[in-house]
Formats: sequence, structure tokens, C-alpha cells
Amino acid sequence: MVISSLITIILIALACEKILPKAPADDEILDGPIEGLTGEQHQMFIRGDIAFNDDVFTAATGLGPLFVSTSCGSCHAGDGKGHPFTTLTRFGQVDSTGNHFLHLGGPQLQNRAVPSFMPEQLPVGATSSKFTPPANTGLGFLDAVSDNTILSMADEHDADGDGISGRVNWITLPEYISYRSGTVEQNNKYIGRFGKKAAVYDLMQQTANAYNQDMGIVSTYEPYDSYTHEEIDPEVSNQKVLDLVFYLRTLKAPVQRSQNDPEVISGKQLFTTIGCARCHTPELKTGPYSITALANKTFNPYTDLLLHDMGSGLNDGYTEGSALPEEWRTPPLWGLGLSKNSQGGQYFLLHDGRATSIEQAITLHGGEGQASNSNFQKLSATDKALLIKFLESL
Amino acid sequence: MKKYYAVFIVLCFAPALYAQIDPSLLRRTPKDTGSLQMNMDAIYSRPFLQLGKLPVALGGYVEANYQYLKEDGISEGHQFQMRRLTLFVSSSISKRIKFLSEIEFEDGTKEINIEFASIDFELAPLLNFRGGVVMNPIGAFNQNHDGPKWEFIDRPISATQMLPATWSNVGFGVFGKKYVKDWVYAYEAYFTNGFDDKIIDNEDGKTFLPASKENPDRFEESFNGSPLFTGKVAVKNRKIGEVGLSYMGGIYNKYQEDGLVLDKKRRVNVFAIDFNTTLPKTNTWINGEWAWVNVDVPDTYTEQFGKKQQGGFVDVVQPVIKKPMMGFENAVLNLAVRLEYVDWNKGVFKSTGGNISDDVFAIVPAISWRPTAQTVIRLNYRRNKQQDILGNPPATMAGFQFGFSTYF
Repeated sequence: MVISSLITIILIALACEKILPKAPADDEILDGPIEGLTGEQHQMFIRGDIAFNDDVFTAATGLGPLFVSTSCGSCHAGDGKGHPFTTLTRFGQVDSTGNHFLHLGGPQLQNRAVPSFMPEQLPVGATSSKFTPPANTGLGFLDAVSDNTILSMADEHDADGDGISGRVNWITLPEYISYRSGTVEQNNKYIGRFGKKAAVYDLMQQTANAYNQDMGIVSTYEPYDSYTHEEIDPEVSNQKVLDLVFYLRTLKAPVQRSQNDPEVISGKQLFTTIGCARCHTPELKTGPYSITALANKTFNPYTDLLLHDMGSGLNDGYTEGSALPEEWRTPPLWGLGLSKNSQGGQYFLLHDGRATSIEQAITLHGGEGQASNSNFQKLSATDKALLIKFLESL
Repeated sequence: MKKYYAVFIVLCFAPALYAQIDPSLLRRTPKDTGSLQMNMDAIYSRPFLQLGKLPVALGGYVEANYQYLKEDGISEGHQFQMRRLTLFVSSSISKRIKFLSEIEFEDGTKEINIEFASIDFELAPLLNFRGGVVMNPIGAFNQNHDGPKWEFIDRPISATQMLPATWSNVGFGVFGKKYVKDWVYAYEAYFTNGFDDKIIDNEDGKTFLPASKENPDRFEESFNGSPLFTGKVAVKNRKIGEVGLSYMGGIYNKYQEDGLVLDKKRRVNVFAIDFNTTLPKTNTWINGEWAWVNVDVPDTYTEQFGKKQQGGFVDVVQPVIKKPMMGFENAVLNLAVRLEYVDWNKGVFKSTGGNISDDVFAIVPAISWRPTAQTVIRLNYRRNKQQDILGNPPATMAGFQFGFSTYF
């Protein structure tokens, strides 16, 4: 009787899915693959997911000895924006002549160290900037935008007189980079599109550099130890790096919530009216791409991938590539409303997390963003709320 | 190595096979269930099987289960698990010299551990000497961990994911008890090999004392040459219950090698309180443990690795039917619940002053049926809420576990 009762209870319990946790809605989370991947690609995605979120490096597996973080996932919880606790510090470059502090550990400060080692200190005389980890989602779509599409949005000398003069960051590439189809070259320099200063060409460069500079992990792509500056044996396999790059390429784009809500629609109209959309371009299109599921797709990142002068208030006196210190790449706004879910329940916005609300982030826009900022300040409280509601729906 | 264990198992079971031919030769040493038994007595308070007048007694327990769990809607599906097979061998070398060993096979043969293997010399009731592989008496669960004693399939999170149960090391020490009417006072004190720097340099990405269990050399070599001290005092009243206070501490890092200084000496300190009682009117058994961990983590390391941790659990077990069932004369049906909590990183972020999370809360209602005191069949519903270090929305894990555990 007892056993049959127990079995009955088990069967009833198993039938009762309601007391088991449900999966969050697709538009409430940032992780997950894009649609249209093959079974083989799903396997690669899962391997990359494990490398990104589960691999924690230790001194025995190559961590450091100087580092910023012990794993990729600790900076990008749930593939979302990071927290000031894992904010990077970059230093040593004030103009396009390059970084003059490379011999003193530049460009990135490894502010943590395994026991027995001392972390780096900012060298005397070096200016610096803090970079809060960005969200990882939808990066493959951004990677698949053609150089010509980016160039078509640039207006370096503000020829149209709208006060917006986006330009590309021309950067020198490391040898291991494979050029994307249709890449544009100018004086042996190429268009950067990732990173706060658009100083990174593609996700391979981003990944190899993050392994090396964030975790002190040497790969065949970045073979020099960030502590000794000597070439040492790889501490991560090429396959793992490739898996991780594939994972970043194929993370889905954030899904907008409540997009049919009239208030969200009104907020979106205001977004365009006050000029935000001039830099935060709502819609882009990918070109031909090695991953079929990402090729020739229209998507909504709210970025133009260009550098813009954001005014003296956001000039930290540090830069990368040919960008000026006051220039920042337009950050994609997709996923903005979910940022709190990866930042510990509150916003840390702008490049260094100094803005703790969307309104504050808008208010801190200067330079080319000043006009939109001023227009925002002139909005009624109701309209401001509509605009914020739209941004939180992204 | 596994070959030797296989031979060992065959040798262990050979007498049992023989006993099947003539069961009258087998004598079961009954489990000591005296009301003044304490947690420290758990290693001997087990049913053993003795063959004739042989001075060696054998025993063990086994546990297996089925589980179906989901975390945020994702499930690994239906899982059948053979969690543990544990073998005990005890021997009375003389009236006051005893040997007991416990060898555990976990998750099939994925982990094979000597959990306990020590000689006890009784010099006086208040002074016993113990040496060998001992279980550090921190909290109560570490010493009193046999599956058949619990109504829950999973071991407490605080005992296994914060404290490193089962945590045993090579060392020596003393223990003793003093009986005064309805009271018994007890103490234990050991010096053993200890932790290593894996507690803050591990793939779990947090301060994690159980990471030191991965060191295969700890039974033959101290990581840093500094002993770990573990001490416990406990008091029990026949009518009220038992309370224990314990401490475990020592240097965990390799601060020098070949005479060269590598780092300053860094300590790990653990304090624990445990209690258990049976409410007389309802026969409700309440059992709990709470522990605090302090680790000297270098300031230049990442805040991901907490300097302070705390956590514990409380179990409430209520017998609801106690009568002959299905031919088992002393069968008992229990309702039970466990509440547990662990904070792996108690502190605030330097950068924001905000609270560091990295914690888990769990509730585990259970139904268990004991056809005999040595065997338990149990059904658990587990629901965990776990937050990451930043305090982002928690991951919810829940599901059912069904299994058995029995001494043999």
C-alpha cells in the first residue's frame, strides 16, 4: 500500500508541471542561439556556451598571473551588460599616434593577481578610461554588416549639416585576422566596429584579446603572456577559441517586448523626433556571411557602428586606434531594458557605468549628442516617460 | 588501483556469500540506539555483520535514486543515479583498541575515497586516542552522514558545497565523554593535514572549501606543512537534546617552498553550531547546523572569492504512521521538510558598495517510509533559488527525487 501510494504520488507529481519552474519568455532573456542553425552548428554553439560561461580559469590552467576576471561569464552574466565590479581600465593613449605606455603594461590594466603576485598600478602620467563590459547578444548580426554599409552611414565632415558627423575608426589588424568579404582597406588600415572605441575588427580579435588581456590566457592568436611579455605555450586550444567565437556570432539578437503597445510606439516616434535615431540607427541589414542564418537579414540594433564626438564630459583622455578621446562608438541599444537583469538589479550605463538610469545616460550626452539631449530635456514628463518606456522595451 | 578495490570488495562480500549457505553463523551487531548517543558516535553507531567469532565486523550502506529536475524550464531529463556504495570494516583488536574503516564509492566508481580508517585506543572514557584517516568534527553532518539516517536524498548544500562533507584527513587526536546522570559531555580535538589554495583558486569561481578534496596527495602529504586543527565540544541531555560547538582552522596556502617565502600565511577558520532534539509529545525530530567560514583572501585577488561565508540547514521530521506495514513490524511513515541556505560571499562590492549575493535558498518537503530503521525509501520535492554574485534574478531549480538508502 505504501509503495503504491508513493508511486501514485510520483506519477501525479511528474504530471504536474506547474510546480516545476518554467522557462522564461524568449524576450526576457538574452542568451540562446539565433534561428536557423544546423545540428552541427548547435553543437558548436553549445561548446562555445560552455567555454564562455562554465570555463573558470585557475592558476593551474593559465589564469594570469595578472588578470581582470577568471572567466568570460563573470563579466557578462547571462550574456548581458556587466557590472562595475568587472569594469576594465585602459590607459596610455591620448591620440592617434598610438599607445605610449605599452612597455608599462598598456593598454589594459590587470588590476587583479593570483596570490604571491602584485597587480598592475596605473603608471604615473597615464590617462585612463574605464570600460563596463557590454552585452554579447546579436554580435553576429553586427559582424555581418558590410563595411560599405557602415561607410554609407558615415558623414565625417557633416556634409548634410545635421550636426552629426559619424566616422569610422581605421585600425591596424593583427596577423591572425581573416578579412571579411568586401572589407575596405585604407592605407593598410581597416574599419573597426566592436568595442567602446570601435577599435576591434571582428569577434575573433575580440575573443583572442579578451582571453589574453582579461584573463591572462595565451593562445596561438595572442601568444605573448601579458605579465612577462614573453611568447609562451598556448593555454587555450584553437578549437575552444573558435567555438567561443562561433557562440558569440550566433547568440540571438535581443527581442523587443511590448512593441505593439501604443505607448511604446509613441516613445519610438519621440526617439526619432528628438534626433536619437541619427546615431542610434534603428535598422541595419547584414550582407553575405559565412553563417547562412545571419546572411542578408534585417535587424534592429539601434547603432550605426560609427564614432561620434560625445563632448568633453565623456572625454576621459584615453582612446584607441584613430578615434579621438571624446569619440565613442554608438552603443547598440537593443537589450537595454534587460540590462538590469545582468547588472545586479540596477543600470550602469554609458562606457564606464557612470549613469545609473536611462534618463541620466541621455542627460550626459554632449557633443554630437547634445542636440538630442536638449530636445529630451524640453519634452514633457509624459513624453519623457514614453521615450523611456520605449527604450526599456528594447 | 581499481583492480585492488575490486578484490577488496570480493573479499568483503565473501563471508556474506558463505553466510547465505548457513545464516546461523552470521551475527548482526545491533546498532547502538541508546538515547545518549551523540553525533560523534555516528561512525560506530551503525549496524555491522559479524561471522561467528571472527573479530572483524562488516557493514555498509547503499543509496540509489531517480530524479527529474528543471532549472528555469530546462531539464536534463530522467536521471537514475547510483550515488553511493559504502563499506565499513571494524575490528576489536582488544577490548580497548578498535579499528574502523569506511570506504566509499561515489557515482559508480567516479570517486573512491577512504573516508575513515583509524585506530582508537581507549585510555580512559574521558581520554581516547585516535589516529589515521579521521573525519574532522566540524558541524555534525560531516561525521553523521550515512544516507540511511536521512529523509533527504541530497546532502545539505551547506555541508557539501560550503563545508566539504565528507571531509577527512590523516591525523591524530583525542576524544572523550563524561556521563553525569541525564547528561553527557563530550569533546574531540585533532591535528590533521588540511586545506590547500584550491579553496580560492578553483573552477567553481568562488571560495569553495570542498575544492581541496580534489587534492589526491592530501592523505600522504600536507600541502603546506601546517596542521589543521579541528575541535568540538558537545553536550547532550537525554530529554532535551544535543548541542555541539566546533571549530576548524589552519593555514591553507603554500606560503613557503624550499625555504623561500612565497606569500604571507593565510588562514581559513570555520565555526559551526549544531543541534538536534526530539520533541517528546509529538516525537518530532529537529536537526540543524549552521556554519561560518572566514578565509584570508588576498586583497589583490578578485572579489568573486568571498572572505566570509555562512550557511546551514534545519530538518524537521515528523513520524505520522508507526505500525506494522506490509509485513514490516516496525515500519514508520514520516513527513519531513528541510530548509537550507548558503551565502558563499558575504560582503559588499568595493566598486559600488552594493551587496554581493552568490547565495542559494532551498526548501525540500519529503515523504519517507522506513520499513525498518536501517532502510529508508524517500520521495523529495526540491526547490532551489540561486542568485549569482551580482544578485541578478535567481535561477529556480525544482523537481522530484525518489530513491532508497539502506544499511546492509
